[in-house]
Amino acid sequence: MFGPENPTAFYLALLAPFIAAALAPLLHRFLGHRAAWVLALAPAFIVFHFLGYMAPVDAIEGVLPAVTDGGRFLFTLPWVPTLGVGADFLVDGLSHTFALLISGIGFFIVLYAGGYLKGHEHLGRFFSFILMFMGAMLGLVLADDIITLFVYWELTSITSFLLIGFNHSAERSRRAAIQALIVTGGGGLLLLAGLILMAITTGTLSLSEMQAVAPAIKASALYVPILLLVLGGAFTKSAQFPFHFWLPNAMEAPTPVSAYLHSATMVKAGVYLVMRLNPTLGDTVLWSTILPVFGCVTLLAGAILALRQTDLKLMLAYTTVASLGLLVALTGTSNEDIIKGASLYLVAHALFKAALFMVAGTIDHEAGTRDLTLLGGLRKAMPITAGAALLAALSMGGLPPFIGFLAKEYMYKGTAYPDLQSILLTTSLVLGNAMMFAAGFAVALRPFFGEKKETPKSAHEGPLMLWAGPVTLAALSLIGGLLAGPTGDVVIAPLLSAIIGEDTSVSIHLWEGFNIAVLLSLVTIALGTSIYLMLDRVRAAIAGLLDFIGWGPDRGFDQFISALVAGSDAITRRIQFGRMEGYITITFALVAVALWVPLTVFGEWPDLSDIPSISDATFYELAVVCLAIVGIMAVLLAKNRLTAIVSLGIQGFAVALIFMLFGAPDLSFTQFMVETLSVVILALVLTRLALYKRDHRSFWQSMTDGVIAIACGIGFTGLMLTVLGRPFDSRLSEFFTEHAVPIAHGRNIVNVIIVDYRGLDTLGEIGVVVIAGLAILALVRLKPKRSAPPTSSPAQAEVAPVKEAAE
Amino acid sequence: MNTVIFRALAPYITTLMMVFSVFVLLRGHNEPGGGFIGGLIAASALAIYGISNGVPAVRRAIWAHPIHIAGAGLFISGISGLPSIFANVPYLTGLWTFPTILGVDMYISTILFFDIGVYMVVLGTIGGIALTLEERTDG
Repeated sequence: MFGPENPTAFYLALLAPFIAAALAPLLHRFLGHRAAWVLALAPAFIVFHFLGYMAPVDAIEGVLPAVTDGGRFLFTLPWVPTLGVGADFLVDGLSHTFALLISGIGFFIVLYAGGYLKGHEHLGRFFSFILMFMGAMLGLVLADDIITLFVYWELTSITSFLLIGFNHSAERSRRAAIQALIVTGGGGLLLLAGLILMAITTGTLSLSEMQAVAPAIKASALYVPILLLVLGGAFTKSAQFPFHFWLPNAMEAPTPVSAYLHSATMVKAGVYLVMRLNPTLGDTVLWSTILPVFGCVTLLAGAILALRQTDLKLMLAYTTVASLGLLVALTGTSNEDIIKGASLYLVAHALFKAALFMVAGTIDHEAGTRDLTLLGGLRKAMPITAGAALLAALSMGGLPPFIGFLAKEYMYKGTAYPDLQSILLTTSLVLGNAMMFAAGFAVALRPFFGEKKETPKSAHEGPLMLWAGPVTLAALSLIGGLLAGPTGDVVIAPLLSAIIGEDTSVSIHLWEGFNIAVLLSLVTIALGTSIYLMLDRVRAAIAGLLDFIGWGPDRGFDQFISALVAGSDAITRRIQFGRMEGYITITFALVAVALWVPLTVFGEWPDLSDIPSISDATFYELAVVCLAIVGIMAVLLAKNRLTAIVSLGIQGFAVALIFMLFGAPDLSFTQFMVETLSVVILALVLTRLALYKRDHRSFWQSMTDGVIAIACGIGFTGLMLTVLGRPFDSRLSEFFTEHAVPIAHGRNIVNVIIVDYRGLDTLGEIGVVVIAGLAILALVRLKPKRSAPPTSSPAQAEVAPVKEAAE
Repeated sequence: MNTVIFRALAPYITTLMMVFSVFVLLRGHNEPGGGFIGGLIAASALAIYGISNGVPAVRRAIWAHPIHIAGAGLFISGISGLPSIFANVPYLTGLWTFPTILGVDMYISTILFFDIGVYMVVLGTIGGIALTLEERTDG
């Protein structure tokens, strides 16, 4: 009933983390940290659901093959059907593996968080965030529709922002959170652009349909921009050099976050995307150049920086950067044999890295520090954690019979060929793996072995919640390696088929006789061991080198942000200079330009002969026009501002009369009221502002303003005459006239349009009226601060004394 | 502006304008008028009363703060579109009923309530701004 045969169960599995997230704060209030056991039911249910795909599914359409036998399950749900957007999800080898990793590791993370943050006042909130993140990540890997994918992609960025900034009272946390959000969010925009270009090229929003027309995308002119944009999204998310800096900074988050986001999930989203798109965009020269190059640089940079650190979590963070580089580099080859190694490494890395992060957190929690140089000899105090750490490190170091060993074996077997590209790749892999070997053992061995050191807290074994995760994951690393054959059939074959885009079978063996891969493994281990033994000297050397370079992308990020702020500030100061006169001059000058340019460019100025001659006008029409002119002359000649405003009313009433004469009583009525109220309100405002009584503009300024005003007037007149000279499309007005009484029961068509035909427009407009009213009331009531700094702008200087006088 | 004549006449003018504004509002569907113009007339009435007899008198007379009237108007207009959901037609589609009350044929519609909402928004907002500005004049 809750298995794959029931599509509702699938959507329930997708929603389960969000439901649990909504309940988390409440459960935490009643159960305290033990709420973790209840909340962990959500990921447990997801694991259960997805395990169901590993057997043939007895669905309504008949018996479908299991995912492990190459089955693919597509769930479609219309979302915005008019745009072809659907909440469509695909379960295949790739998404299935990711879904199991996310929910399986998520299960232990929820428990671990319960133990790690026990007694924290915001633990309920933390559960909420991490479960929302789980839901976002699950949706991301399962989405088949690119819009759905993008929504989940952004959701992971936002929830990870919340998680990284969880200790929001610490400035470093806030900086790390904003940094992660800007880097991954910016990358998300690139990805969106890339995905939209893909949709334009292929005419579909479905990833699986795009895969079917892969040759067309690769041949299209948009291929290069598509590839660069999509990789921009993937590289920022997966912390590829030079965007790697946000990941180590994100270690400010509580350890459960690091263990979850930086092992199996968040950072793997980029890797997932690269793997998902390998059949669609991959196997081109550009793909096989960019990915391995960036991947190898990231691998080596990450591994070198890892050795530099003394903080356990930072070491692990940099090795994660290195591992991500490794995965990108291997996937970038688009070579089935090499990707076989990448598939194994993907699973192996998720298992051992999550375990090691949790171990590091447990050490920190129990011993009070995670500085490598302060730790030692904890194995007696923390035997279970030490055992889990050792197993995970053995897998990370690639020693038999762990799954990490299989991964290393098969990646070497795939790359060990005597051409230049393979040699470069293999060399990078050996160096990177050796350094990661050393870093992994430093994290797992140094704190536990050697002489006992005094730690800030007297260490003892953590509770079940803290060691359940590391022990299980480390044990799985061992079991996955020992049962190499079944691992290959059940996990790797479907994963590999999905990444390369065609069905394939693999046979994985723990021992295939002595070959070049074994030799390279031995070299790696020997090199890794020597680095481990000389770790302190290596660290000092790297530190010296980094000091010598002095600049890094992390500092570059700060420089970029401060330059951005300074630039925005300069632009804002230029545009918003704070003088009303200036704003009005610019507005009307632009209006004049907007009127004149099209009329001139397209030669649409009306013929002078089209203008009706004065002799056609009746006596009273002329009288009204004269009244308007008198009003305007009065404005121009007025001695003070108040007279000018009242005089402006004369011209307004004249216009209202014109409306009346030409058969628009409604318009005329409104014009009368608006004119009256404008004069009243303007007069009230002016009496409050102690402006100069007289116009203080210089002669030249008056002339400039006059020219702009006349240009606007001529432009409007020209536009109106041109428009009136065109044949009038009367369909709308005929429709309104015809239907006003029968269907809208009103003879006043203007009112019927306002309240009935265009009711929604009016609703929006009155909303704007209320908001504007609120803003005006707030502004009028605003009391100036007495200690306001003196401003240079004349307009503000004029207003300030008035406001003080009013108080 | 505080002449005796003006002050003596202002209450009558205001009353007349208020009544007229409601008249304009209600007849708006068939003759020139409607909620917007009615609201403007009512706002002017408030402004005149405020100028002649002082803003506190106006505030006492209308009970509610003008911006509350505007908010209530927006709310009424917004929910006047909701009954159309039960008639299975799009939001804000006009629904009409023609009852005979006390021997008079009436036209009652959701449109009427929508227009009343518009009237209140314009009255509240414009009236509120005018009153606030006048208040500052007094101070």
